[in-house]
Amino acid sequence: MNSKRPVNLDLGKFHFPLPAITSILHRVSGIIIFVGVAFMLYGLQLSLSGEEGFSQVSDLLNSFLAKLITWGILSALLYHLVAGIKHLLMDMGIGEELESGRAAAKITIAVSVILIVLAGVWVWA
Amino acid sequence: MGMNSVTNIGRNGVQDWIIQRASAYILAFYTLFLLGFFATTDVDFQVWQALFDQAWFKIFTLLALLSIGAHAWVGLWTVSTDYIKSAMQRFLFQAAFILVIFVYVVWGIQIIWGL
Repeated sequence: MNSKRPVNLDLGKFHFPLPAITSILHRVSGIIIFVGVAFMLYGLQLSLSGEEGFSQVSDLLNSFLAKLITWGILSALLYHLVAGIKHLLMDMGIGEELESGRAAAKITIAVSVILIVLAGVWVWA
Repeated sequence: MGMNSVTNIGRNGVQDWIIQRASAYILAFYTLFLLGFFATTDVDFQVWQALFDQAWFKIFTLLALLSIGAHAWVGLWTVSTDYIKSAMQRFLFQAAFILVIFVYVVWGIQIIWGL
């Protein structure tokens, strides 16, 4: 039998490199923010409508669901911001090589996780 | 000229790229300003209303709002051309999100100027 015949690659064992994952998360977080703008505009309108509206928003932000939505939007926003800054640095030629690109992806994840945890403390505390 | 070049915001990829970058800088500054404001100020209704009463902040907010529209347009256009293969489905999706962007911008202007 010809030993050079092609083998079936085990697709289950393939995984995305980290820079691919940070790129997909950038897209996903962007879509979450786009949907989140509706919540933010609603909150802004109510909070600026008067004393009563402002305290309604404050009260609303005490509920579990609203806290979860707020944290979710903040997390998406912070991730998108950090990954976006990475892109702006890449525009300047920083982090474009294979090794520096991988390092930049790691830094993006690390900084985002820290900021998302801080945002969680801010929202839930 | 295909459907893609009908629905993107710039006339070509370079324009889209510049629109995306310029709006990104504005949105980054606006986000950092608001995060800094919340971190350093005890925000009650008076403080909040006073911030949105200032002309420069109304204009900054309008700029951020238009940037969200432009930035989301480029981003969602790029994502939809990558994943939605059927031209009609893609066109309908793009038309729908452009409509949402329009609603956001009009709604935001109403909020900023209390219309």
